[in-house]
Amino acid sequence: MTLNEVIAALGLEIVHLEDGERRVEDGYCGDLLSWVMGRAAENSLWITIMSNLNTVAVAVMADVAAVVMAEGVEAEDDVIRRAEQQGVNLLRSGEQAFALAGRLYAMLKEREHDPEV
Amino acid sequence: MNKRLHYVIDGDDFTSAGQASGDVKKVLKTLGVPSEIVRKASIAMYEGEINMVIHADGGVIDVDIMPDRIVMALKDSGPGIPNVEEAMQAGFSTAPDTIRNLGFGAGMGLPNMKKYTDSMEIDTKVGVGTTITMTVKIV
Repeated sequence: MTLNEVIAALGLEIVHLEDGERRVEDGYCGDLLSWVMGRAAENSLWITIMSNLNTVAVAVMADVAAVVMAEGVEAEDDVIRRAEQQGVNLLRSGEQAFALAGRLYAMLKEREHDPEV
Repeated sequence: MNKRLHYVIDGDDFTSAGQASGDVKKVLKTLGVPSEIVRKASIAMYEGEINMVIHADGGVIDVDIMPDRIVMALKDSGPGIPNVEEAMQAGFSTAPDTIRNLGFGAGMGLPNMKKYTDSMEIDTKVGVGTTITMTVKIV
């Protein structure tokens, strides 16, 4: 599904949207940056409570579809600027990572079984 | 498409770490290197770049892009790695708490560098420095 569809379905707030048509094929939850780079698949929606400049760099290197700062975490101005410079889709939500991941997982599984949905 | 890139990594600026790796990523993409290869090389180099900033007060990185492979040489004049075998273990870390609070220092940097490259050589001497040479095959 596209990032725009995920944003609408999960009610995510847009901090910086570079490419809403980007495909979201998987998801990953985590705050330890090397774990994310070691485990997250390309084109994942990365759900985290980290919101520093390194988060943006990791999103670039790991080629995730977007970063979702969960649980009401706010991004500082310098983080937003870096996301804009690097072309990283940056989103946020007041919901807990667990809830967001659960809903995303269900949606991705549904698509897997019925690509027409 | 032989290309050589050279970067000086600033040891004082943790937040700007990733600029060199990001640049290499852009160059590889422009050269038409397959995205999975670009991703592997970028992550491996970024981990190395971060390590240089955390442990060695910066250093220099040379990247050679050849038709069949990418070779990244990361050289620092830091404290060296006393026990490479130990440092290579997933979860082993000597990073300070300040770094851990930023999401690094989980002891996965060197393991990731090994995981995402086809070969990795560590040449290190305590008190002198460390040179890590990583190769990612393109074909």
